[in-house]
Amino acid sequence: MITKGTWVEIHDTILRPEERTGNIPEETRNVPFEMRLKGFLQDDQAELMDRVTVKTVSGRLVSGMLIKENPTYDHSYGETFIPELLKIGMELRRILEVDHE
Amino acid sequence: MSKDMSYQAVMGRKNEIMKRALGVDYEEYELSDIAFDYDTMMEDVGYSLEEIRKIQREVSVGDTPLVELKNLTALARRFSEKGKGARIFIKDEAGNPSGSFKDRRASLSVYQAKLLGYKGVVTATSGNYGAAVASQAAKLGLECIVVQECYDSEGIGQPEILEKRRKCEALGAEVISLTVGPELFYSFLSILEETGYFNASLYSSFGIRGVETLGYEIAEEVKEKYGKFPEVVMVTHAGGGNITGTARGLRLAGAKETKVVGVSVDLKGLHMASDRDFNKKSFTTGHTGFGIPFATFPDRSDVPRSAARPLRYMDEYYLVKQGEVFYMTEALAQLEGLERGPAGNTSLTAAFAMARQMDENEIIVVQETEYTGAGKHPQSQLSFARERGIEVMFGNPEEEIPGKNIILPESPRDIALRPVDMENLKRSMIRNVVAAKNITRVTELDIIFLMEETRESYEFVKLELQLLGAKIVL
Repeated sequence: MITKGTWVEIHDTILRPEERTGNIPEETRNVPFEMRLKGFLQDDQAELMDRVTVKTVSGRLVSGMLIKENPTYDHSYGETFIPELLKIGMELRRILEVDHE
Repeated sequence: MSKDMSYQAVMGRKNEIMKRALGVDYEEYELSDIAFDYDTMMEDVGYSLEEIRKIQREVSVGDTPLVELKNLTALARRFSEKGKGARIFIKDEAGNPSGSFKDRRASLSVYQAKLLGYKGVVTATSGNYGAAVASQAAKLGLECIVVQECYDSEGIGQPEILEKRRKCEALGAEVISLTVGPELFYSFLSILEETGYFNASLYSSFGIRGVETLGYEIAEEVKEKYGKFPEVVMVTHAGGGNITGTARGLRLAGAKETKVVGVSVDLKGLHMASDRDFNKKSFTTGHTGFGIPFATFPDRSDVPRSAARPLRYMDEYYLVKQGEVFYMTEALAQLEGLERGPAGNTSLTAAFAMARQMDENEIIVVQETEYTGAGKHPQSQLSFARERGIEVMFGNPEEEIPGKNIILPESPRDIALRPVDMENLKRSMIRNVVAAKNITRVTELDIIFLMEETRESYEFVKLELQLLGAKIVL
């Protein structure tokens, strides 16, 4: 159970596929136009996937489906190390080595 | 009574929403179906360059260091003919409060919003500009909402945009994160209407005039230290504001001979509104997906008339490859001790190749850097790309195919300048203007306006209009 005032993230569909407009590729037209937004839960209590209302940091009240409690940041430097990047600096330093002697 | 917030209804109220959100009536500048009074629109910002500098200094924007890249210059000379290899300098714009030159662009807009009594600002951007607006809004005590394109339909976020979302939130902004599509503009208008906040557009005259200080500082410092203006200033080009503002600042400082060169990352083949292509891009800005359309039709932006008009200011335009920019980003870190970029290093990459062709007593200035970190770093981007099946390897950059592979050059000598045909861009611009408004008749005034827009001759513009079937009425 998630209680009122908790920092949460919601999800909402803004346009369904059939409502999408403009000159867009088919793969975009076939999927909904969606929004994610964070704010403080306004409902007394809720569970994930419930439709709730949040108050954003700018004070707006917005409704959507509750998808995360205390959402954090999980972007990183990547799970897969790219060893090729190491070679670039080593090679360039080798080329310039004479200049630094 | 609640307003109709459907797509059609909101888009239908576009003009009235914009007018209220900008405090500027763009109608006043319209001269005909084609022409508008660009110079007056820019002057109506109402501040001199000195006043803009003062406003920016109050919030610690600008006066960033101009760093000579001696090791990169030495490296370029290793691969140049005798007597060639221009001195390369970089304006370390990462030193601005939110970590990029975009603070200059945001500062005047947010200042104006505060002056006009708005309670908050809204901006539509997935880039560094969001953080810049958030930073300036924080300083001036205004609310800030950033509307960004962030996810594909599977909910996977581009790592660079996820970082920019975090940064905006860290600076106190509300971030509305959307999936791929031009309907972002509908969400943006809805928010403007709902909140009554100021549209801190990237493309307003306030945004662009704020960048003039960047070109001015470069001209002033190079002149003072080296007794002449730089021969070349290289600018990463996306929406056109960076080029426009920088070039205007150079001119204001008297650097009229300095060549202003635009550079974009080549992402040809990847569609900007494609849900499928969205996460195949390892660059979220500074690329051809913005660079070409904004050069050939600047008024596609989120204001009625864009103040960013790159073809008025760009002398040459080159493309570089994703792999080359990642390579130069590593070179900057490993040889110069500056961990920056990568998107901001697009123009650095081209500068390296161009320096090799220039005389060694000439000066080339790369006019920006940007902060880096988790999500924005080459390691983040290449890891994300490799995990999504994009091949990352050493090889010939000419063989790079956006979305399929990223090719790191085997040697610095393989970094190339790929010129974009400027005349073609100018023809496209005229074509786009005629098509957008179904123009069948043009007047002398329109021709003069298009000459200014393209920096081409009367004959060039007239011929192109005739080929498009427009009747010239004198």
